[in-house]
Amino acid sequence: MGTFLASRVMTDIFGGLATGAVVALIALSLVIIWQSTHVLNFAQGAMGMFATFVGMNLVFHGLNYWLCLLLSVVTGMVLGGVTERVLIRPLYGKPEINPIVVMIGFLGVIEAVIASIWTTNITMLPSPFSQIYYQSAGHTILVSPFIFYEVALVAIVVIAIALLFRRTNLGLQMRAAALAPEVSRLLGVRVGRLLTLGWILSTGVGTLAAVVVSTGQVLAPTNMDGIFVSAFIAAAVGGLESPLGAIIAGLAIGLTEQFILDFWSTSIAPLSGVIVLVIGLSLRPQGLFTKHVSRRV
Amino acid sequence: MIRVENLSVSYGAVAALRDVTFEAPTGKITTVIGANGAGKTTLLRTISGLVKPRQGSIRLGEFELIGTATEEIARRGVGHVPEGRGVIEELTVEENLRLGALASKVDLAEGIARQFAQFPALESRRRNYAATLSGGERQMLAMARALIARPSVLLLDEPSLGLAPQVTADMMRTISELCASEDLTVILVEQNAKSALRIAHDAVVLHLGRVAAFGTAAEIAADESLRRYYLGVVT
Ligand SMILES: Nc1ncnc2c1ncn2[C@@H]1O[C@H](COP(=O)(O)OP(=O)(O)OP(=O)(O)O)[C@@H](O)[C@H]1O
Ligand SMILES: [Mg+2]
Repeated sequence: MGTFLASRVMTDIFGGLATGAVVALIALSLVIIWQSTHVLNFAQGAMGMFATFVGMNLVFHGLNYWLCLLLSVVTGMVLGGVTERVLIRPLYGKPEINPIVVMIGFLGVIEAVIASIWTTNITMLPSPFSQIYYQSAGHTILVSPFIFYEVALVAIVVIAIALLFRRTNLGLQMRAAALAPEVSRLLGVRVGRLLTLGWILSTGVGTLAAVVVSTGQVLAPTNMDGIFVSAFIAAAVGGLESPLGAIIAGLAIGLTEQFILDFWSTSIAPLSGVIVLVIGLSLRPQGLFTKHVSRRV
Repeated sequence: MIRVENLSVSYGAVAALRDVTFEAPTGKITTVIGANGAGKTTLLRTISGLVKPRQGSIRLGEFELIGTATEEIARRGVGHVPEGRGVIEELTVEENLRLGALASKVDLAEGIARQFAQFPALESRRRNYAATLSGGERQMLAMARALIARPSVLLLDEPSLGLAPQVTADMMRTISELCASEDLTVILVEQNAKSALRIAHDAVVLHLGRVAAFGTAAEIAADESLRRYYLGVVT
């Protein structure tokens, strides 16, 4: 068993799923925002990092990891809500390129703000769980307690979001507000609040991903940049409308990257997102921005 | 009761409603008829707060609706079945109904049961996506979804559009019965002036955004000279 779990292929699968899970989580956060407000949030990674800096820096001042995690997520949610109200709301009904440009600009602003507030940070953010891989009969299995925690966290968040949207009245109203804002308002749904809630949820999820990505690393404003590109591609391949599509594509990108790293070349690995994109689009040509031009707020 | 006074609406330079005044009493059907482009849909959308008027007043009882947000107007008991029905195709029949009830104080299970009793055809389709419904079923769903919140006012924009004559007749009868049993204020916009005038108590004839005539449905139906306004033979 140990030999099998430590085999080359299994090692790649474990490694790939661990990365892919986080990619999937960020992709899910992008889909939530796209579905509720038809905005591609290019600043999602940076916003998550800002919230991570606010919360997780306190770990270095002796605060409990979980308390800091909670603080980070709450900060991310507040930032998301305020961003929707202040930056995005005035742009509804305008061309879809406008919020994209605004969020790309915002991305630059956030990274600059982080760099100016938290100047010298060279300490690693400690992990609440061991990041040392399990050993079995002398073989290394590419799974650690931290990876279990990471995958479990992603699974819990994905299931919670799915239950919220599929099983609750609030989720029903959020879906309706995104699908048919005018009809929803005629039925008394307070659409504006639900759009803000969509951003709050999404940036909460994005922040969780940023904390996971930064754990065991030096906190840096650009921590999310690489993985964000993969997540963006995952969301696009999944069709932007489909949370499940985004999650599957996210896992696929993680796995592809790991296998390329192992069997091919380190220099090709960053292109794995592009490879999944090409394969995804040839299987599903309508993939990228799918159908609904008419569904707009 | 809905009272519309001196209502004017423009889309840019295009005047869609000019100085419209009429009253829709409680427990009665007031039909609004007129040719294409007469301003019927605009009138209903302005009542629901989707269109901001240039001037005028719309009162629900004593409450001024102009300046009130659409969702709050709905929560005050104004149900609106929009042109094209507005059924959300990506949601199931039951989800559409739930959505209608959520903003009100109505008990969900009881409300849904009541609508299934009123529109039995919907019950067997409750788990189907609304996209799979026929035109007549969609109209029933749209009506049920508006009625489930127990509104005091029901705005209907061309409910007979695309329905077979028999289905239209059934629909009109249902509207008539509901108006009486629920003591609704119904404003019924129709292309099909003949069937609308048959069930309505009062009628407003709109012509190029103006009220060409306002009276009892019987009076309007009897006035031969008005027919050119709503039969589409506009000169
Ligand atoms: N969003 C809009 N922008 C500009 N003009 C509009 C808009 N909506 C309606 N109009 C114009 O306002 C006038 C009234 O339109 P409205 O839709 O209210 O008519 P209607 O009586 O409902 O017609 P129909 O019987 O065809 O549904 C028309 O001249 C129409 O072209
Ligand atoms: Mg119309």
